[in-house]
Amino acid sequence: MITPDIKQAWHYCTRYIDNFLLAGIFLLMLTGLIVLYSATGGSSARVISQLINMVVAYVVMWVVANIPPQRIMRMAFPLYVLGIVLLIAVALFGEVQNGARRWLNLGIVHIQPSELLKIAVPLMMAWYFDKAHITLRWRDYVIAALILLLPVALIVRQPDLGTALLILISGFYVIFLAGLSWRLMTGLAVAVTVSLPLLWSFGMHDYQRKRIMTMLDPSQDALGAGYHTIQSSIAIGSGGIAGKGWLKGTQSQLDFLPEPSTDFIFSVFSEEFGLIGNSLLLSLYLIVIGRCMVITASAPTRFARLVAGSITLTFFTYVFVNMGMVSGILPVVGIPLPLISYGGTSMVTILLGFGILMSIHTHPKLVKT
Amino acid sequence: MSDIVELRNHIRETRHFRIRLVISAIGVVVLFSLLFGRFFYLQVLQEEHYTTLAEANRIAIQPLTPNRGLIFDRNGDILAQNYTAYTLEIIPDQVKNLDAAINELATIIEITPEDRRRFNKLKLENTRFKSLPIRSRLTDFEVARFAENQYRFPGMDIKAHPLRHYPKGELVSHVIGYIGRISDKDLEQLEADKRLKNYYGSTHIGRIGIEKSYESVLHGQTGFEQVETDAVGRPVRTLSRVAPTAGNDLTLSLDIGLQQAAVQAFGDYRGALVALDPSNGEILAFVSKPGFDPNLFVDGIDHLNWRLLNESIDRPLNNRALRGVYPPGSTFKPFMALAGLELGKRSLHYAFNDPGFFSLPGSSHRFRDWKPGGHGWVDLRKSLVISCDTYYYMLAHDLGITNIHDFIGQFGFGKETGIDIPGEAAGLLPSPEWKKRRFNQNWLPGDTISVGIGQGFNLSTPLQLTFAMMLLANDGRAYRPHFVRQQVDHYKNFVKDNFVEEIYRLNLRQEYLDSVRQALADVTRPGGTASRAGANTAYTFAGKTGTSQVINIKQGERYNASKIDERHRDHALFTAFAPVENPRIVLTVLIENGGSGGSTAAPIARKVLDYFFLGTMPEPAEKAG
Repeated sequence: MITPDIKQAWHYCTRYIDNFLLAGIFLLMLTGLIVLYSATGGSSARVISQLINMVVAYVVMWVVANIPPQRIMRMAFPLYVLGIVLLIAVALFGEVQNGARRWLNLGIVHIQPSELLKIAVPLMMAWYFDKAHITLRWRDYVIAALILLLPVALIVRQPDLGTALLILISGFYVIFLAGLSWRLMTGLAVAVTVSLPLLWSFGMHDYQRKRIMTMLDPSQDALGAGYHTIQSSIAIGSGGIAGKGWLKGTQSQLDFLPEPSTDFIFSVFSEEFGLIGNSLLLSLYLIVIGRCMVITASAPTRFARLVAGSITLTFFTYVFVNMGMVSGILPVVGIPLPLISYGGTSMVTILLGFGILMSIHTHPKLVKT
Repeated sequence: MSDIVELRNHIRETRHFRIRLVISAIGVVVLFSLLFGRFFYLQVLQEEHYTTLAEANRIAIQPLTPNRGLIFDRNGDILAQNYTAYTLEIIPDQVKNLDAAINELATIIEITPEDRRRFNKLKLENTRFKSLPIRSRLTDFEVARFAENQYRFPGMDIKAHPLRHYPKGELVSHVIGYIGRISDKDLEQLEADKRLKNYYGSTHIGRIGIEKSYESVLHGQTGFEQVETDAVGRPVRTLSRVAPTAGNDLTLSLDIGLQQAAVQAFGDYRGALVALDPSNGEILAFVSKPGFDPNLFVDGIDHLNWRLLNESIDRPLNNRALRGVYPPGSTFKPFMALAGLELGKRSLHYAFNDPGFFSLPGSSHRFRDWKPGGHGWVDLRKSLVISCDTYYYMLAHDLGITNIHDFIGQFGFGKETGIDIPGEAAGLLPSPEWKKRRFNQNWLPGDTISVGIGQGFNLSTPLQLTFAMMLLANDGRAYRPHFVRQQVDHYKNFVKDNFVEEIYRLNLRQEYLDSVRQALADVTRPGGTASRAGANTAYTFAGKTGTSQVINIKQGERYNASKIDERHRDHALFTAFAPVENPRIVLTVLIENGGSGGSTAAPIARKVLDYFFLGTMPEPAEKAG
């Protein structure tokens, strides 16, 4: 028997949650837990720890979903400023780990401010476009680009090329969706193509160059950087159509795969569940992305549309880059597979994004009058 | 701005946005299709390739090296055994600065200059990827000490190897031989013989002696283990296993006591001794002095020791019993006597008055007897007892070289006996055809005369002489000389012991054989050339002394040992059998630069026979002069 009170409470808890999207997220998370159990060689401790990450991330998502989009918009500017301040602090007082200055020691916790910018940058850009003229002029795009390039430049300096690239992409999505003219985009593409050799010669560290070279031909460095790509290709390829079966992937169970529970978790999945599993997983991601696009399409304000679109496409980019890197068509950059890879930070960031999408979708659509 | 314009703008903006969104959606689908295409390529088109790679990743075939068969003497004394030794190995390719790394290694484990020399030699002979030993026979303490510090030495590892050990060392080195590390050349040979698969994992192979000739029996069958390994190469579990089969054990006919007695009887002399059983051809003792320590070769001999052995004037690596060729000298005479009798050129009773020399008709050149003035009346018996040269000059002249070559060839001169260790020399039994072929010269009548007393072009090995004497002692039964009596396969409970082989049988008249043997028995009695050695024996023995010339003595000069450099003195020979009535042992003693057979070689033979029949171990002999 469900009493009206409980019904009320249930309604209160779920009224800003999009059930369709939630179902997709849960299915992906469940898949993640199953693969993680295999990837850790049957360690339930890791699985439980990931479960806790998921609960925390879910709470974050729920809270964000309950915040009306208008308030989220108001938070965009302060969040962005905070992020920039923290990035500057990192540059000045940050801790060096593995040759990169990415972390800030706040006494109790170590934080990586670049994570915050993944959300703050698209919010800020969307906020700016929303506040700008009704009809956007080229000046608005230039200002948006500056909003984007300031944090990107700071993160490149750390150096953390992967995160910088992802933020650059999420910002580009905002500009693209805001309606940057095709002519300008063509010009931009040409500029990027021309600047690539310059970036190669002057703007890159040796290890970054090596990564790209290795991507082009992994066998060139079969025991060094190419080892990861080769081993993970072997894992995927030997999975065949039906896969080797759960817990039966030899590549993953015998430690041939690098980072089997985080960045390379997809090769574990792929080895054990084969092409059939891969197709189902791709479909699941496609459904989630599709739902996000529907939400984006029906978003009422310019801010909401741009933020939702950017989050959706960035989510897709994570999936594509991770799978592409694991299967050997993209260079190895440290990007986890969303909702499946082990790790609290990425889980929270992803679900926070979904929280914003839900907030946009479920709050009354106020049309500006 | 009016609301209508704003609304129119809004609608237009929404339409523009949706177009961009649709473009994005198309992009998403296209890129996901690209991923699917990649998965299809990897998992369907290339599945076989990657499955093979995954299997290769995961499954390692590890060879299980069989234990090498043991070698015993006829009484069960062990001559070659195995024990497990810990060896420190280096893969040169995996070490950046080899010299510096070895210097650092030397701070925790003793590395002698000899170890370094040996390692450097191995390094030159092998590829950079092969694991090579730098130190062998590590103590438990050294093993522990290295294990603690192993992280400091990439490319170095301790391996447990079964190691070969020859407890009798120098005593039987020329029989047993030794095993050595498999070289690239060996690998090529094994490949050509299609035996390479069985050596996958083996480190050593028989080099010379029994170890080489019985390699296929001693080595055993390599087993294989399929193990699943993790990324670091650590075995996780065994998938399948084919156990190795140890090599067969060999029991030799050699009597290590007799061998020891022979070596002691030799004292400081260089030379050779071969003793065999005339009833089956089994070798009882086989000595080549000096010998060498075969254990030096097992891990690869270092340069210095190799030079010491190889460049020594005593040539310890030369197997004199097997490969040393010497003029047989007077030990040739009994076979000449049989030739004369069998071919009807002499009777048992024929006698002549020896003037002390022989000249060919129409020639003034004198072939002199060893005794100036001659021996007076000499018949066949006396010709052997006092070793009359003139008798055999005349006989050789009467027989002619072709008869000598054909008849005496039946006793095994000039060809290999077929003994079961490799490298035997064939010696030389000359013929006119041989001389034409070798020197492109015609045979001269004088050549035949020297052959008659075992000099001239004649060359034979101590083994050949012993073989010939066996035929004389056992009524012409030519048994193949051999070392191995028994081969034991512990796995199949199988024993092979049919190693005796009668190659052929010479048909000789018993009367002639008996007469020659009786004459040889008289050699060791008063009046014979070996009478001193034959005095007061508890058994009867028959023999023939011989002296083989190292340098030619000019006409009109006399051989004077004291005037000649030691290395140019004659070799002393004695070949014998005992007891006379029913021979149980045939032996030949050769003493390099020992002088005369009667005074040097025969007494050594006597000591060896005393051990054989009476069990008395000789005191080491004192070197004469």
